[in-house]
Amino acid sequence: MSDIIKFSVSDLNLFYGNFQALKNINMKIAKEKITAFIGPSGCGKSTFIKTVNRMNDLIEGVRITGEITMDGVDIYKDMDAISLRTRVGMVFQQPNPFPMSIYDNVAYGPRIHGIRKKNVLDEIVEKSLRQAAIWDEVKDKLKKSALAVSGGQQQRICIARTLAIEPEVILMDEPTSALDPISTLKIEDLATELKQFYTIIIVTHNMQQAGRISDKTAFFLNGEVIEYGETEQIFNKPRNKKTEDYITGRFG
Amino acid sequence: MNNNAYKENLISRRKEYPEKVFKGIFLLSALVSVLSVIAIIIFVFSKGLQPFFGEDAYSFLEFITGLKWDPGNDVYGVFYMIVGSLLATLGAIVLGVPIGLLTAVFIAELAPKELVAFIKPAIELLAGIPSVIYGAFGLGVIVPIINEISPTGQGESLLAVICVLTIMVLPTIISLSEASIRAVPKSYREASLGLGASKTQTIFKTVIPAARSGILTATVLGIGRAIGETMAVMMIAGNNIGGLPTSIWSKVRPLTTNIAMEMGYASGRHQDMLFATGVILFLFIMVINITLTKLTGKLGDKGRSK
Repeated sequence: MSDIIKFSVSDLNLFYGNFQALKNINMKIAKEKITAFIGPSGCGKSTFIKTVNRMNDLIEGVRITGEITMDGVDIYKDMDAISLRTRVGMVFQQPNPFPMSIYDNVAYGPRIHGIRKKNVLDEIVEKSLRQAAIWDEVKDKLKKSALAVSGGQQQRICIARTLAIEPEVILMDEPTSALDPISTLKIEDLATELKQFYTIIIVTHNMQQAGRISDKTAFFLNGEVIEYGETEQIFNKPRNKKTEDYITGRFG
Repeated sequence: MNNNAYKENLISRRKEYPEKVFKGIFLLSALVSVLSVIAIIIFVFSKGLQPFFGEDAYSFLEFITGLKWDPGNDVYGVFYMIVGSLLATLGAIVLGVPIGLLTAVFIAELAPKELVAFIKPAIELLAGIPSVIYGAFGLGVIVPIINEISPTGQGESLLAVICVLTIMVLPTIISLSEASIRAVPKSYREASLGLGASKTQTIFKTVIPAARSGILTATVLGIGRAIGETMAVMMIAGNNIGGLPTSIWSKVRPLTTNIAMEMGYASGRHQDMLFATGVILFLFIMVINITLTKLTGKLGDKGRSK
């Protein structure tokens, strides 16, 4: 069965001032799969994931050339950043719930997009928290501060907050790097659950994690994609020497 | 060996001596302000409460509810002054907080650097202008304008006071709000923008709520500044001898100006009554300070997690 293409990246270059952070990236990302980006710190994987929802637009002095299309539409030329971000949600490295109640956190996105009715919001909040596998843990304290729960729970609340805007794609930028092993496993299980409905792109430092949950893996080094393919192939039969060195822990 | 023992001895003695001296100097410095506050409180309260006790006592109720100030006929009522002070402060806050907050947001979030480099010094300069200059500006510019448009044909008014006080509270409100807006973690902004919120939505739904403790503090300090302002207000208030203000065109006589205008020549009970006015003012300031302490204490701890 061949994959449906969600994103197609061609000749993408990104510069911070004079520094070139991404070099000539070409990649096709499959719909409703998990694609993992691995590589050592500063290799450009986080920068790349942020080009997909145009979060790099916020940084001064960033220049981007090349093209990224989502379902065939150029996300830089034919789409505005705001509507793009409602379709491409993001979960960040550090859990970053707003300093408000759990309910208000999850309802934030829907409210921003004009949903006011209490019963509709209630439904969205419950559905999103259930999808993020945290409903049972927080259903009795929806009015409590989202900052009062554990880091792992906060991260799942952040995932619920992202799900509440019903995106098509979820970007996860090292979503478990600040979490303990048990919370990490929960997030991984969740990601594998969610890929039935969502295209997931995950940046991770943790190679086992990429191996456990992703369908495809891209190995980044110095702003370039060294190798991209089926996760199994990348981990078992890497074609490139550098990939092999990294996978086997010889550097990075 | 010998050398070492000698050194140790010397060092320990050397250390001890200036430590004690400096501790004393620090303590003395701290005492200057604490003792001043205590002295002022004792002085103002003992003078200000005097007319309400003893044989020839003036009714405190009449003082606090009175609508006329006529020292010549031994009539001392300050209620209309309290109302004037409160209305002027309220007006300055109602206008000054939104303007100040929006300016702070503009400086912290939106304005290009070159513009900030121009606006910030301007605001700092505004904070440094002596209040007598504000008064002169009010008298020379604002009062004549109100003169033109007022139905009473009278420029010195509550409105004039509000206008000048609004400008005067702006620097306080802007700089404190700006600091608290800048202190909002970047991750909140990213989260909001990442959910497809616009920049404006992010500012109003995330940044300002997260900065609210600082903004509240700014507001309370602004209130303190407005209610205590004397010189600028005296020149433009009208300073009527009685009667509640009925509209923004009415003359007012804030508590502060009452004291400043008459203290120079008053004596006897008249002078004591001016101190009594000071007591009232003092109570307001104390309420404001207590509120401030509660606010900063509470929101400082819980602000992030509430």
